[in-house]
Amino acid sequence: MNLLEIENLSVDFETRSGLFRAVDRVSLTVAPREIVSIVGESGSGKSVAMLAVMGLLPKTARITADRLTFGGENLLGITPAARRKLIGKDIAMIFQEPMSSLNPCFTVGFQIGEALQTHLGLGRAARHTRSIELLEQVGIPEPETRLRAFPHQLSGGMSQRVMIAMAIACSPKLLIADEPSTALDVTIQAQILDLLVRLRDEKDMGLVLITHDMGVVAETAERVVVQYAGQQVELAETVDLFRDPHHPYTAALLAALPERATEKRLPSIPGVVPGQWDRPVGCLFSPRCGFAVDRCRREAPKPCGPDLGRALCHFPLVGGEPRRDLEPAGAAR
Amino acid sequence: MFRYLLRRAALTLPTFVALMFVTFVAIRLVPGDPVEVRTGERGISPERLAQFRHELGLDQPIWKQFLDYVWGILHGDFGTSLVTNEKVLTEFATLFPATIELSLAAMIFAVAIGVPAGTIAAVKRGSPFDHTVMGASVIGFSMPIFWWGLLLIMLVSERWGLTPVSGRIDLIKFYLEPTTGFLLIDSLMSDQEGAFVSALHHLVLPTIVLGTIPLAVIARITRSSMLEVLNEDYVRTARAKGLSPMRVIGLHALRNALIPVITSIGLQIGTLLAGAVLTETIFSWPGVGKWLIEGIGRRDYPALQGGIMLISSIVIIVNLSVDVLYGAINPRLRHGR
Repeated sequence: MNLLEIENLSVDFETRSGLFRAVDRVSLTVAPREIVSIVGESGSGKSVAMLAVMGLLPKTARITADRLTFGGENLLGITPAARRKLIGKDIAMIFQEPMSSLNPCFTVGFQIGEALQTHLGLGRAARHTRSIELLEQVGIPEPETRLRAFPHQLSGGMSQRVMIAMAIACSPKLLIADEPSTALDVTIQAQILDLLVRLRDEKDMGLVLITHDMGVVAETAERVVVQYAGQQVELAETVDLFRDPHHPYTAALLAALPERATEKRLPSIPGVVPGQWDRPVGCLFSPRCGFAVDRCRREAPKPCGPDLGRALCHFPLVGGEPRRDLEPAGAAR
Repeated sequence: MFRYLLRRAALTLPTFVALMFVTFVAIRLVPGDPVEVRTGERGISPERLAQFRHELGLDQPIWKQFLDYVWGILHGDFGTSLVTNEKVLTEFATLFPATIELSLAAMIFAVAIGVPAGTIAAVKRGSPFDHTVMGASVIGFSMPIFWWGLLLIMLVSERWGLTPVSGRIDLIKFYLEPTTGFLLIDSLMSDQEGAFVSALHHLVLPTIVLGTIPLAVIARITRSSMLEVLNEDYVRTARAKGLSPMRVIGLHALRNALIPVITSIGLQIGTLLAGAVLTETIFSWPGVGKWLIEGIGRRDYPALQGGIMLISSIVIIVNLSVDVLYGAINPRLRHGR
């Protein structure tokens, strides 16, 4: 059974000028022990979708979905109290900015111990022992001393390790990592990712890795969701996605990887992600797409079948060339 | 940290010098001197006048008077009251507990209501509660103390007869030998039944009057500080741990939000003591505020100079200690400097 099942999840924000759709019909499943990556530019709604799963969005957010379950439990109509029993225990999340994600007023030990006390009801001594254990697991030297440290005394990498220790404190079944390495030095980035993958192996947990770095995806994820302007434009096994991307956006992202560059200048995608006001009528990627034709600008595409990575495209790429002859499978999902 | 403290302390020296100068000059700018005020309208013979002035040292050149005053302060001598012939320091020390008691009560009142009100207003931003708190705080902040005091006396004491009009305790029923000078403590330690309740009863109205402005300020600052903190990443982290809203807001957010509130409390000690002067006068509260006002009427130069000097020093020292207190609540400062 899948750990996390999301079907057609949409998130709208009430703004002064009406509803703004930040996440547009995203579907994805995470099996136990699976690493699924969500890739996309800033503002593509990748974090928002996962915050919706955690129930951490502000009250102005309207969350709708055909299905949103965790371990079979429906997360849509869940009461706040029931959700609090779940998050921090069975689903945990770590964030992009480790330095600002730890409370500056409390020691590391206090912040780790809090989760242990809340969900497992551990006493003082047990919390202490377990906290040291956790810090060791995430590779923090001198854990005994570190427990008494305040966040400002830690480096970014250390802070993220503490965040991870906090997140895995209650042995969650699913860990959502929201750009866990973006704010860190390149060398530390690799260490943190290695740590996450290692913990997945040791703890048997599912891992959702939100990132904008295709390199990270290639190294860690088993499956990938590509998001663009809130929409899910492709969903595929990592190997397949890298070998033969079906959505032009995915293809453009991959082409922009330095490792794949063939010319002197790195290829880039012209233009910017559409905002609330300049959303095109047809395909949202059409203004920036090299393959776009009239139909793309006129008509919003429907997702293709699973064999084509559910690409949200009228003319999905196969072997780098758009298949003009192919009618999208439409309701294939 | 120690160096930082030392530097901060050194920075207060010019303030003290200016203070001595200003108090000395300001008092003498008021028309009439102690002798004139005491002789009244009946007049006095020029010889007697000269004699009195000589006795009080008022016939000395003004710069000499100033130097004597500064010299005295440097030696810890704040002079002798012209009216009571008591040492200014002794009088001040006797009366000051009453002022502290009132000010502390006012501050506790302001914090106890202001912090929760501001917090709830921030959490329920835009709600009727929020609007009520913010509206009330504008009114509270703009309320002139003497008017507010008289209004409350009129309503609460006169019309509804709920509280005493003035004083610290029912003097007809109770007599307490001042041990600590804090009536609430003295009355608790004494075996006179009902003394504590009476003291508390007398404290209610002055506390509300004096605490209104700080309350308004604290509620506002708590709210805006809380609004900022609630958007911080670490609050999201706390929620992601599955903690109860009570713990997320009351512990994780509030602890951080309180930092500017504590600053403002420290800065308000001055306002509070200034307000105490008015409040004590309205309620005949026997503290240094009332004593100073009476001193002005009598042109009691040494009492005024010394009293203002002492109060100002206390304000300066409190502000200094607030900086130190930061370290306790904000660990970033504790290790930083």
